[in-house]
Amino acid sequence: MANNKNFSVIGTRPPRVDAAEKVTGRAKYGSDAQLPGMAYGKVLRSPHAHARIVSIDTHAAESLPGVYAVVTSADLLSAEERAARVAAEDWGFLAACDQTLAHDKVLFAGQPIAAVAARTPTLAEQALALIAVEYEVLPAVVDVLDALRDDAPLLHPGLRTRSLAAPSEQPSNVAVYAQQLKGDPAQGFAEADVIVEREFRSLMVHQGYIEPHVSTAEWNADGKLTIYADTQGLFAVRDQVVWLLRLPMSDVRVTPLEVGGAFGGKNNSYVDVVAALLARKAGRPVKVTMGRADTFLGTGPSSGTVIRLKLGATREGRIMAAQAALYYEVGAYPGSLAGSGAHVMFGPYVFPNAQVDCYDVVVNKPPTASYRAPGGTPATFAMEALVDELAEKLGLDPLDFRLLNSVRNGSEDLDGDLYHHIGGVEVLEAAKAHPHYTAPLAGPNRGRGVAHSYWGNWGARSSCTITVNPDGTVGLVTGSVDITGTRTSVAMQAAEVLGLPLERVKSSVGDTDSIGYSDVSAGSRTTLATGTAAIRAAQDVIAKMSARAATIWEVPAESVTYQNGVFAVAADAEKRFTFAELAAQLPNTGNTVIGVANVDVGEWGASFAAHIVDVEVDPETGKTTLLRYTAVQDVGKAIHPSQVEGQIQGGTVQGIGWALYEGYVYNEAGQMLNANLLDYKLPTALDLPMIDPVLVEVPFPGHPFGVRGVGESPILPPPGAIANAIARATGARMTQLPMTPAHILKQMGKI
Amino acid sequence: MKPFAYQAPVSIEAAVALLAEYGPRARPLAGGTDLLVQLRRGASDAALLVDVKRIPDLTRITFDPVSGLTFGAAVSCAELCEHPDVRAHYPGLVDAVRIIGGAAIQNRATVGGNLCNATPSGDSIPALIVLGAEAQLTGADSTRCVPVRDFCTAPGKTVRQPGEMLVALRVPPPAARSGAAYLRFIPRAEMDIAVAGAGAWLQLAADGTIADARIALSAVAPTPLFVAEAGAALIGQRPTEDAFAAAAAIAQEACRPITDVRGTAEQRRHLVGVLVKRALRMASERVAS
Repeated sequence: MANNKNFSVIGTRPPRVDAAEKVTGRAKYGSDAQLPGMAYGKVLRSPHAHARIVSIDTHAAESLPGVYAVVTSADLLSAEERAARVAAEDWGFLAACDQTLAHDKVLFAGQPIAAVAARTPTLAEQALALIAVEYEVLPAVVDVLDALRDDAPLLHPGLRTRSLAAPSEQPSNVAVYAQQLKGDPAQGFAEADVIVEREFRSLMVHQGYIEPHVSTAEWNADGKLTIYADTQGLFAVRDQVVWLLRLPMSDVRVTPLEVGGAFGGKNNSYVDVVAALLARKAGRPVKVTMGRADTFLGTGPSSGTVIRLKLGATREGRIMAAQAALYYEVGAYPGSLAGSGAHVMFGPYVFPNAQVDCYDVVVNKPPTASYRAPGGTPATFAMEALVDELAEKLGLDPLDFRLLNSVRNGSEDLDGDLYHHIGGVEVLEAAKAHPHYTAPLAGPNRGRGVAHSYWGNWGARSSCTITVNPDGTVGLVTGSVDITGTRTSVAMQAAEVLGLPLERVKSSVGDTDSIGYSDVSAGSRTTLATGTAAIRAAQDVIAKMSARAATIWEVPAESVTYQNGVFAVAADAEKRFTFAELAAQLPNTGNTVIGVANVDVGEWGASFAAHIVDVEVDPETGKTTLLRYTAVQDVGKAIHPSQVEGQIQGGTVQGIGWALYEGYVYNEAGQMLNANLLDYKLPTALDLPMIDPVLVEVPFPGHPFGVRGVGESPILPPPGAIANAIARATGARMTQLPMTPAHILKQMGKI
Repeated sequence: MKPFAYQAPVSIEAAVALLAEYGPRARPLAGGTDLLVQLRRGASDAALLVDVKRIPDLTRITFDPVSGLTFGAAVSCAELCEHPDVRAHYPGLVDAVRIIGGAAIQNRATVGGNLCNATPSGDSIPALIVLGAEAQLTGADSTRCVPVRDFCTAPGKTVRQPGEMLVALRVPPPAARSGAAYLRFIPRAEMDIAVAGAGAWLQLAADGTIADARIALSAVAPTPLFVAEAGAALIGQRPTEDAFAAAAAIAQEACRPITDVRGTAEQRRHLVGVLVKRALRMASERVAS
């Protein structure tokens, strides 16, 4: 199918199916949930980064008129249940409980301590102020390298470093250590003519979604719970709620509402369990809405990092060896992102010899979560900045140098796996051929930079049903929350197979009671995997309708064909139904036809992207202005090119934010100093040039139409591309994200 | 957010009476773009908001070549910047006022509020200082005029006494052969808060030398800072790059920047040098035009 160029729906640019509701302001988002008698919940958060909770007194809050319920960790887990879990060493469960409502210790400023449901949000806030918490403040550790020191405060006295070897003997703040070794790095460096080496740093950053998390919970009289959720995964919310509240899965229904931005940050559930606890205790529905400060402090940002990288190449430009150490802050609870960073970092090029050491380190900051290409952006920044410096030292064109070392079909990655059906070279060649790359860049203080990136997409599980209506329209339901326009791109794939115009496919997202399990809408997977499910469900519809036609015509099922919207029997021109004609026959000849598919896409494609950027740096203030931006990406097959372009533009903008503006700033006590959108600086439309997306289509054989995931890749190249452009504009090599004017002035020697 | 009362009087007398009655916990409300944020954040303990936007005198803009410009404390930034006389005669004020927030904020926020909020980074304040503006404060028994350069006393603190309200700002008529400019440094293109800012005003004598000059800074001291000695150093000089650099160096010496999440002290001191030079250059170009 991948080579079929005669698509009628795929590759077109119809209006998104959710466009009218959204642009008229009528689409229902999480905070639009309104239920009779509903109360408003607010969460009390720790001001301290590391402290023992000595006592919590909720009496005054409970006594405030209009307060319906106050909950603490005791409402989540009774003393007996806790003791049993401790005895069972069920640390994962206990850690999840502590992140929902802390029990006896807080490990980051912003950790939830208690929550209140009240008649109004204002009353709930007033009640929070009446909760008296006594803390014994402990020393905090906020920097990843400090956390490695022998005298660093330990966040989890029982934490042993996990690695391929046995767990460490001593407790440590290193949650995970992994080493990859390929070839003989020492020999590789010995054979290199030029060696470059730098240390790169980046701050924690937030996904920056505009809509803070919100959850509304309602218990029925029969003990069944419904949650109106703001999430990337309805089943992820259900699973978290049934896990922590110990409920049968069938007792919890999660209905997803529209999502106002997520970018990985809404894979995790932060307030759903709290809303459910409050609603149960209050005996009425409760809506918990986070504010912006809550969102910065109490959700999962992406790791701050320190990355040390050394590269060596021959005079001819062959990379001979690489050595890297990646130190990733995973936040207050164990997690793993450095390995993903290493995988992304070493993905684009051939490294005959390499050693990579990855450290996931706990610090007194919010537990990290996914953010668009998780773990990848700081790693790509380090690699692309150093690759660029190496090219410069070798006197080679930066794209030629990358092409020379690019992975190709059959190349080995660090794990020894072979690349196949990849478009890395095609992307680099498209960048080189783009007029931007050779356009004159006149004027002082200007520079052009490029960067390249690799990302491995995700596949996983998706479900889809397609119900045929007697009028020839169909209802398509998936379990994949639509955060990027996937109701449209998934329906387009079904419409293509069904031979129907898109208008006749009603596309919607089900709730957990009405559709089969589907993984979160994340990892660039939805158009790929849920699209595959839709294709399979559409094929199921065609098979079942063909069988019905065969019954009506009294011919063998295999003699019925379906082409160009017509069911027919080759031998008999009389036997002919359009899709709508047969649909009309269905109620009289049996029952409704429902196509069903559950898929688990185990193989997923690599996604390469190359960006070109022109900058101008004010030599007196250090301020960087972006003049022109081109983003080339292998998208496999663009189902809806406008949406793909939108993903590339949006991802690039977030990468630009990471490059120039964004970052969590902490004091030594572990308190975030910029938990607001004035001082945590997201790029605005005024800061951006037009981002010109260029789609390269190297089909991915794991999808019937060749789709590759597209959402994550575009965040990876911007920091490297911009750093390289700044280097050409100023001579200063930037090694720290964000590349603020102050850092640039410093690197230029102006301050 | 704590509950508060709200009143919207239609005369200065009624407003002042309310302020007197409630004392320090009464706060005049103009655009509210700072005050409402403070209330929501729990950073203000206001018990009464006295909305002054319905008082005709407070929303009026008048200009004549002899007495200069007077505008009410509740005139929005957008109205002020769109006023033809303001645009024609006070481009240095427009520089500062038009960059306070985006379009929605511009329609709501006021210069009077920017002054009374008294943050060190308030953009309009250095612009008003270098133009020699005065603030008219009215209380129950009296009215007084205070030079804007003396208005702010500490972050968030001004000379305004409980019971007094800012009624209007008066800017002297544009002097012959004078020009003014305000520039700030922000990390983003717009919709941001100054890391440092500089306002400059200068007047040339008939012989082309500088007859008078004033320089004021934002975000580099506990209050917007008038640097008299930087302006004084320019008097008698020709408006050259060297003269501007010397004045900028004096401003750098005079400022007292801190390191915070928005910038470092060394960055701010460096920026003062850059911005003062650039503002003087721009002001001097405006004299010529």
